[in-house]
Amino acid sequence: MEALLTAAFLTALLAGAVAAGVPLLLAGLGEQMSEKAGVLNIGIEGMMLMGAYLGFLVAFESGNGALGFVAGMAGGMAVAFVMAILCVGLALNQIVIGIGLTLGVEGLTALLHHFQFSTTYPRLPAAWRMPVPGLVELPVIGPALFDRHPLVYLAFLLVPLLAWLYRRTALGLTLRAAGEKPAALDVAGIDVATVRFLAVLFTGAMAGLGGAFMANVAAGIFIPFMTGGAGFIGIVLAMLARGRPAWVLIGAVVFGGALSLTTALQVAGLNVPTDLIQMLPFAAVMAVLVLYGRKARLPAALGLPYVRGAR
Amino acid sequence: MSASLETTLDEGGADTSGPRRALAHLALVTLGPILAALVLSGLVLLALGVDPFAYYGYVAQRGLFSWLGLQQTLTRMAPLLCLAAALIVAFRAGIWNLGIDGQFLLGAVTSAALAPFLITVLPAGAVLLVAAAGAALVGALWSLLPALLRAYQQVNEIITTLMMTFLGVSFANLLVKLVFLDPGTTVPQTRTLPVADRLPTLFGTTISGGLVLGLVAVVVVHLVMTRTAFGLKLRTVGESPLAARHAGLDVPLLTVAVFAISAGFAGLAGGIEILGVHGNLQAGWNPAYGLAVIPLVFLARFNGFAAIVFVFFYSALMIGGESAARRIGVPHYFTLVLVANLLILLALAEYLDHRRRRAG
Repeated sequence: MEALLTAAFLTALLAGAVAAGVPLLLAGLGEQMSEKAGVLNIGIEGMMLMGAYLGFLVAFESGNGALGFVAGMAGGMAVAFVMAILCVGLALNQIVIGIGLTLGVEGLTALLHHFQFSTTYPRLPAAWRMPVPGLVELPVIGPALFDRHPLVYLAFLLVPLLAWLYRRTALGLTLRAAGEKPAALDVAGIDVATVRFLAVLFTGAMAGLGGAFMANVAAGIFIPFMTGGAGFIGIVLAMLARGRPAWVLIGAVVFGGALSLTTALQVAGLNVPTDLIQMLPFAAVMAVLVLYGRKARLPAALGLPYVRGAR
Repeated sequence: MSASLETTLDEGGADTSGPRRALAHLALVTLGPILAALVLSGLVLLALGVDPFAYYGYVAQRGLFSWLGLQQTLTRMAPLLCLAAALIVAFRAGIWNLGIDGQFLLGAVTSAALAPFLITVLPAGAVLLVAAAGAALVGALWSLLPALLRAYQQVNEIITTLMMTFLGVSFANLLVKLVFLDPGTTVPQTRTLPVADRLPTLFGTTISGGLVLGLVAVVVVHLVMTRTAFGLKLRTVGESPLAARHAGLDVPLLTVAVFAISAGFAGLAGGIEILGVHGNLQAGWNPAYGLAVIPLVFLARFNGFAAIVFVFFYSALMIGGESAARRIGVPHYFTLVLVANLLILLALAEYLDHRRRRAG
């Protein structure tokens, strides 16, 4: 037990929680926007994976890390664009299209990876780190939280920004109306489809960025199927957060911690079967749903396409 | 979704003037998306520098028109048909059981653990029966938590069943490596059921007897869901839980029953694959058949007989695709792209058809 409380273990655990948690945070915040607007975005897993692939490809070919993130966002948004056209524009079933897009992106990126990288398995150089002066000197927290890639800080800053947007702005109200009572929004003269379209695109951008972070910062390499359900965890985080960005952050760090426990335990010299550790985040999701499932409230019009005049 | 598909199909039969038009209509909304998906996926092949005609030709030759390939195709149908049965029950009852891959694997582990052990004490027939029943039971148990959460707390089952699949994949590995490990090999796998004691093959071919089980499962499910009072109850719950409650149905109980039946078939699918084909289970084995069967069941509009046809062609595609991966160098991931295109184009065709009818 003492081995678990060393600075090395705690640093590894917290650092791992942040590295694994940032993609979950971005995915969860993105999904939250879609859900607020009334779209259950099951395709988010595919959006993340496309972001991971394109982000890695562009960062590797251009040698420019920032360009890689832009490409990752663009990749996620491209998948989101297809989803928005089909589900918001044409009002097709959100679950069917979401699964279809995820399967398609899984297959496509695995194929492309096979033809481009499967003999060389190229890696990116270690990600750029931007230590925060002063704070980085703190024990444990310093190296784990304040010596990271700038995107980590940006992801954390998004939390209060989105909370402000949802609570204090007309845009936030518009989003909520699109998810709770789209007909009312329509009567108020705002086009429900446009609001939902933009919300889905935002989800794509966030998911793509999260995927690019996974490939370019956390792993340094693209591997087929590498998102491994992170997008689905993002959906759970958004469901449990009941519309509050801060709760997405808490959830992301907790699940990130569960995901990174293997490495941290190895640092502590404990050998626990990997399979057991890999079960932890999903077991945690189920436990949380058993305990708080009743409270996981979703917008009233979630998953229902809005067709003017239809009942 | 279940409701919209149903009405589309029913109206299709009712408002068209003759059987010829009805048939032409069905061909349009079914064959149209299939052809479009083949063309679109062919373009992907073209972009990757592979001749689509050569690829499709090879796949058809290997999976359909060679005797060896056809036998493999028919054998592969067995688990896919059981999974289709699992999905038809769930989807017709309005429940999104997306966790069939986890239920499948846990069923497979159960069979792989039970059969090689029981064969030392029981006759082969009894072993197969017990191992298959065990697989179905464990598959059903793996869905119990999502079922209770959905029935009594209204927690969205899409999420919980997906989570249970991720959990199940690791749990299955853990069971194989720690509990049911065969000490006689260096590969982490369970003990092996001797070939002679596996499911019998059909009429001197290599086709697994599991095919018969799969066919029976789909047909029985189809008939129960469309022709019996029990099936009507389940469909009522799916289309309108409120109406079902007003009709005096025990909605939570029926919900749990749907999960149990659906996941039971998924577990059985895993059992059949082990008892008929592999004889053991290697750690890390996860064919993930489930997500690909979903589009097939949609394409069949939840109709069991149509599902059999689509499962047959998809099996041929899988067997041919696996062979093409070795021969032509296109990984079998391509099948995923094709299935995704199919699913999306099918939904699109459904939409266009609906609009056309409303306009006309």
